[in-house]
Amino acid sequence: MSDQIMTIHLKIWKQNDPGSSGKLVDYTMDDVNPDMSFLEMLDWLNERLMNEGKEPIEFDHDCREGICGSCNLVLNGMAHGPEPGTAVCQLHMRKYKDGDTIVVEPWRAKAFPIIKDLVVDRYAFDRIMAAGGYVSVNTGAPADANALPVNKYDADLAFDYAACIGCGACVAACPNSSASLFTGAKVSQLAHLPQGTPERKRRVVKMVDKMAEEGFGDCSNYAECEAVCPAEISITAIAEMRREYAKALSEIV
Amino acid sequence: MTATKNGILDSKVPEGDLKDKWDNHKKNLRLVNPANKRKFTVLVVGTGLAGASAAASLAELGYNVKVFCIQDSARRAHSIAAQGGINAAKNYPNDGDSIWRLFHDTIKGGDYRSREANVYRLAQVSNNIIDQCVAQGVPFAREYGGLLDNRSFGGAQVSRTFYARGQTGQQLLLGAYSALMRQVHTGKVEMLARREMLDLVKIDGKARGIVVRNLTTGEIERYAGDAVLLCTGGYGNVYYLSTNAKNSNASAIWRCYKRGAQFANPSFTQIHPTCIPVSGKYQSKLTLMSESLRNDGRVWVSKTKNDKRHPTEIPEEERDYFLERRYPSFGNLVPRDVASRNAKYVCDEGRGVGKTGLAVYLDFRDAINNYGADTIKGKYGNLFAMYEKITGENPYEVPMRIFPAVHFTMGGLWVDYNLSSTIPGLYVLGEANFADHGGNRLGASALMQGLADGYYVIPNTLGDYLAENLHAEKIDTNHIAFDEVEKEATDRIHKLLNVKGRKTVLDFHRELGDIMWDNVGMSRNKKDLQKAITAISELREEYWKDVNIPGESATYNKYLEYALRIADYMELGELMARDALDREESCGGHFREEFQTEDGEAVRDDENFSNVTSWEFQGDDKEPLKNVEPIEFEFVTPTQRSYK
Ligand SMILES: Cc1cc2nc3c(=O)[nH]c(=O)nc-3n(C[C@H](O)[C@H](O)[C@H](O)COP(=O)(O)OP(=O)(O)OC[C@H]3O[C@@H](n4cnc5c(N)ncnc54)[C@H](O)[C@@H]3O)c2cc1C
Ligand code: SF4
Ligand code: FES
Repeated sequence: MSDQIMTIHLKIWKQNDPGSSGKLVDYTMDDVNPDMSFLEMLDWLNERLMNEGKEPIEFDHDCREGICGSCNLVLNGMAHGPEPGTAVCQLHMRKYKDGDTIVVEPWRAKAFPIIKDLVVDRYAFDRIMAAGGYVSVNTGAPADANALPVNKYDADLAFDYAACIGCGACVAACPNSSASLFTGAKVSQLAHLPQGTPERKRRVVKMVDKMAEEGFGDCSNYAECEAVCPAEISITAIAEMRREYAKALSEIV
Repeated sequence: MTATKNGILDSKVPEGDLKDKWDNHKKNLRLVNPANKRKFTVLVVGTGLAGASAAASLAELGYNVKVFCIQDSARRAHSIAAQGGINAAKNYPNDGDSIWRLFHDTIKGGDYRSREANVYRLAQVSNNIIDQCVAQGVPFAREYGGLLDNRSFGGAQVSRTFYARGQTGQQLLLGAYSALMRQVHTGKVEMLARREMLDLVKIDGKARGIVVRNLTTGEIERYAGDAVLLCTGGYGNVYYLSTNAKNSNASAIWRCYKRGAQFANPSFTQIHPTCIPVSGKYQSKLTLMSESLRNDGRVWVSKTKNDKRHPTEIPEEERDYFLERRYPSFGNLVPRDVASRNAKYVCDEGRGVGKTGLAVYLDFRDAINNYGADTIKGKYGNLFAMYEKITGENPYEVPMRIFPAVHFTMGGLWVDYNLSSTIPGLYVLGEANFADHGGNRLGASALMQGLADGYYVIPNTLGDYLAENLHAEKIDTNHIAFDEVEKEATDRIHKLLNVKGRKTVLDFHRELGDIMWDNVGMSRNKKDLQKAITAISELREEYWKDVNIPGESATYNKYLEYALRIADYMELGELMARDALDREESCGGHFREEFQTEDGEAVRDDENFSNVTSWEFQGDDKEPLKNVEPIEFEFVTPTQRSYK
């Protein structure tokens, strides 16, 4: 707990609607408490703006615990800000110094059009999932959960990949706007589980093809995605996905 | 057709022995043949565990489903944040668990205010849920032999909780979400994200459609269907600060209440003892710390008031380990409500700690000395790291500061055994209904209930209603009933926007939250509840005269969304206070100061209050009508809880 109040200079992206062009607008906050989260600082700024009769800044958020994947801010060029393995909603102002300037922008990618200010449309991720990110099993009475043992190594690895929160930071950080880390995480999760085996080939082809169709770029191994991923998804997900894809193509046709 | 007769509700619980009721009931339910299923459209509002599982399962059966959620993707529903786990009666550890025991623990944990038949069914289907989730590829924790691992959780003496690290809700929701996306792909589900239901459309007394606001464009849209499923979650945010996600809200259930769906036990709220305390006025939500921490942490405050010393400088003999002192046999492991209330008492006495004085210590010093820092890190490493991330303090060196926070609402829209509300065709699933947890919910039971409702109950019970309505007239959205509801909704939006007052929506929400927390919180009494009813109605009046909402309705406008939800909280909060006033007993999360033993333990009144109180809307300026559903125990015998 710290009592020192800080002054923070913000340059925030404002854009009225998808069609119009946006710009960075300057705001100065001279009452930032180091215990505030970054989003609480934005709430605080918005309250001030509303009290002054001005328009607040629109931004996306929900859980504020780093798990829902709603928040999507790029701070000084870094998706989710400077703290590794942390979504921006879990970033606290004590990471900054009195007098700092922070440029605040939304994810930028062709596949994620801006709705307003810092809010973007990420439906493309849902469409990639719909293309094949599941095991095709209807609700019913499947076999007993322990009928099929899964070795702990694979189960743990599957979990590591399954931890993706679907935020899109990987796309925002990638110079090619590739969604490979997101897609690879799902492909690799299911590739490590026996439940995913029957559809393994079909799944990877459908998801990868959908990704391209949605306007995401190719991966050229910059590894920027891994650096910003709040769920710390390893870039091996992409290597696994490529291997699965190549194998599937050679075998399917 | 009507659920209420002379103020008594009919729960439609089937006859027969407890363990046969659900199976017999399923045999007696009418079916809809596959060709006819295609003729029906079901509107599912919400994509948490309840909504996503229901929508996917109904689409698999062949119904046309339209699904709505507030977030930009179904996967972001509040269920995603659940940490600890999900219960099931598998008895994999062979420690004596059974369907009966899970049923019994849940009934007892709920302080004998839930329906036996519902809870038994919940325990029965709990095992199917785990099978289903594993089949979907949900990566539950496993042991080295490759089989599933279990842990123990509050309120149970067996290990029956399945978990996926500290992210069980996430993994279960992603399982249901992928099933849902698969149905989107087949075309059976139409997914409508960034939509908020504003109201229900009733035609001839039945639920036939909804009016929603498209949150991207601000346009009002209409959707017609043959049934509406509300899966919209809990209303803990009425207290302003809670562990719920920011978009969690009560509007869908509240609007349906105002259209005739009864609201049951609104005052039953769960307050979780171990949350990270408030640090300042800017605080926007509270973060839960798993209650497993109480296995090794010791809760204490200074014996002296306003003790400003650093915790490590307060000598042992000047510390008050108040839970160990008052409850020698359970100590720090007393149930959630008891732990929360006692923390409040010491803070009320002026012995709270930290800058705000609204916290108590949870100290790991002794555990670290006894077992070593590495062992403690192995057990709680991720929780300690999360604590440090939020507070900037290192809990290995300084005791954690914790305080209770609103976490879950047991109350909700009244539903019968089929999950039907008192409006035919309107079903309520998950935390939004009142059904299975009685006066208090046990840990790891909400995830179980959401998925039970969605995967296993509604796919059976909805068919019965639809079969009965096979020849009902098809409605389209040009029906005059839609015009009327849409007009009411837009009028309300414009009225709010045109107030152009001086206070922000958040100012009002914080004020309402304070009234609720102080008077309708952990400890309640007649005088304060009466005071709260007046205070809320005054605040509500002021809201409609002095709120300042920016922007316009025809754009993305988050503060307008909030404003509409807070308008509803202003009404719901009052009903909660009324309900708490009416229930003259202490039970579960509802503690009335007038009804306690000499040493401060809750006193239940089974003679007069072994019932569900269900409120029926009578008009804006009228008091709601009270109905009851008697809770009778055929198979278990209620006992008084004691943790001394
Ligand atoms: C921090 C935390 C940890 C928890 N941990 C556990 C645990 O370990 N075990 C356990 O059993 N329980 C736990 N719980 C409780 C449990 O998570 C919830 O009770 C449960 O997930 C609720 O699921 P639901 O499907 O009913 O609703 P939610 O998941 O809340 O979903 C509500 C849905 O409704 C939508 N919605 C709401 N209103 C509208 C509207 N007007 N129009 C359109 N859409 C709307 C939302 O967008 C969302 O999709 C925890 C709760 C919290 C807060
Ligand atoms: S892979 Fe990481 S960065 Fe990409 S969507 Fe998932 S959690 Fe976000
Ligand atoms: S708001 Fe949920 S991850 Fe940031």
